[in-house]
Amino acid sequence: MLAKRIIPCLDVTNGRVVKGVNFVDLIDAGDPVEIAKKYNDQGADELTFLDITASSDNRDLILGIIERVAEQVFIPLTVGGGVRAVNDVRRLLNAGADKVSINTAAINNPSLVSHAADRFGSQCIVVAIDAKKTGNEWEIFTHGGRNPTGLNAIFWAKEMVRRGAGELLITSMDKDGTKSGFDNELNAAISSEVDVPIIASGGVGNLDHLVDGIIEGKADAVLAASIFHFGEYTITEAKNHMRHKKIEVR
Amino acid sequence: MIAIVDYGMGNLRSVFNAFKKVSPNQKILVTSDPKLIQAADKVVFPGQGAMPDCVRELSERNLIESVIDAARNKPFLGICIGLQMLNNFSEEGNINGLGIIDGRVLKFKPKNHFNKVPHMGWNEVHRPKNHFMWNGIPNNERFYFVHSYYVQPQSRDLVAGECVYEKPFCCAVSKDNIFAVQFHPEKSSQAGLQLLQNFTRWKV
Repeated sequence: MLAKRIIPCLDVTNGRVVKGVNFVDLIDAGDPVEIAKKYNDQGADELTFLDITASSDNRDLILGIIERVAEQVFIPLTVGGGVRAVNDVRRLLNAGADKVSINTAAINNPSLVSHAADRFGSQCIVVAIDAKKTGNEWEIFTHGGRNPTGLNAIFWAKEMVRRGAGELLITSMDKDGTKSGFDNELNAAISSEVDVPIIASGGVGNLDHLVDGIIEGKADAVLAASIFHFGEYTITEAKNHMRHKKIEVR
Repeated sequence: MIAIVDYGMGNLRSVFNAFKKVSPNQKILVTSDPKLIQAADKVVFPGQGAMPDCVRELSERNLIESVIDAARNKPFLGICIGLQMLNNFSEEGNINGLGIIDGRVLKFKPKNHFNKVPHMGWNEVHRPKNHFMWNGIPNNERFYFVHSYYVQPQSRDLVAGECVYEKPFCCAVSKDNIFAVQFHPEKSSQAGLQLLQNFTRWKV
């Protein structure tokens, strides 16, 4: 049976992996290759790198990181953050990324998703969706949940798949950073409307949250950052817990 | 020398990196030169994206002849669309493949959004028969898949590996000097690296 995936997310800036809470008080978490290797050894199914570099000057530094990781770690690598043009996608793939995640640029320019999927194949195009509950529905927000777009999240998810997204990374802006679990209602609503795999993100505080994300949220993969970075749990512990709860894992 | 056939479909750096990791002293080339493919001791035939594009690009680079020649004569490893292209026919664009393997390429049809397409992630590979390429890899080991189409060989004898997604499907084919897989060994961690190392040692 196909295993549900656990994906640790690494925040990267200025060529280093950093950790912090809500992008504040960032501290150096070490060498990207060493951290990637550690997660790989623990059984991570994929790795996601999120480039949180604010200035465009230093954006190219992520390319060198991906190149070095791809020489040492042989599992799928996804890179997101600041992807604005087909050329950004090309450069990340050439550096060794297997998938590229597009977020804000998909909202400003939805044809970017179509063009990138046509050019490189849907299998390497992930669309990141940041959603927040407004009334009885979920709305797409940008800029870390500050700017509303007026787009309905379920409509948007279907639209992105229609344009060629091969996978959706769904982050609840209500839950992100709260450690109170995923927004499983949101994830299940999207998962039952699209044919492509979905990754649940935002809000993981303990291992039961990962289980709930799969069972209640109908996610195909779960992404978490802080519970792994701060050493609260290892990937191995997360997998053992999921296995114990009868979820198929690798 | 091992030649990895480059015909502009997808990034081959991961395949190159993985071979370098398992066989640092061997000469590995990523090439679109038919002469080098002819001169190579072994050939790796990858592929990514849509099969009609792959067939077109292969043809435009005048590589069809050298790939078919390699598939008939020397250790040959197909990966992902590289496996699919060896078949007679594909539902993707309703086009003919290279016709080296008697089989067809069919699309996964998702039911009720339960089994997602693409089939993406780590799935178990069952082995109906032993093969040198499986040496050192436990039966039912998981490999990394990402694909929307799968192959259906005409004969059971061609099936070297099976996987279940909604129903069983063939995920590895072997025929004489050919071994071809639907999953990505270069992204399948230890098990994938073992398979690639076996290829570097495979004599036919």
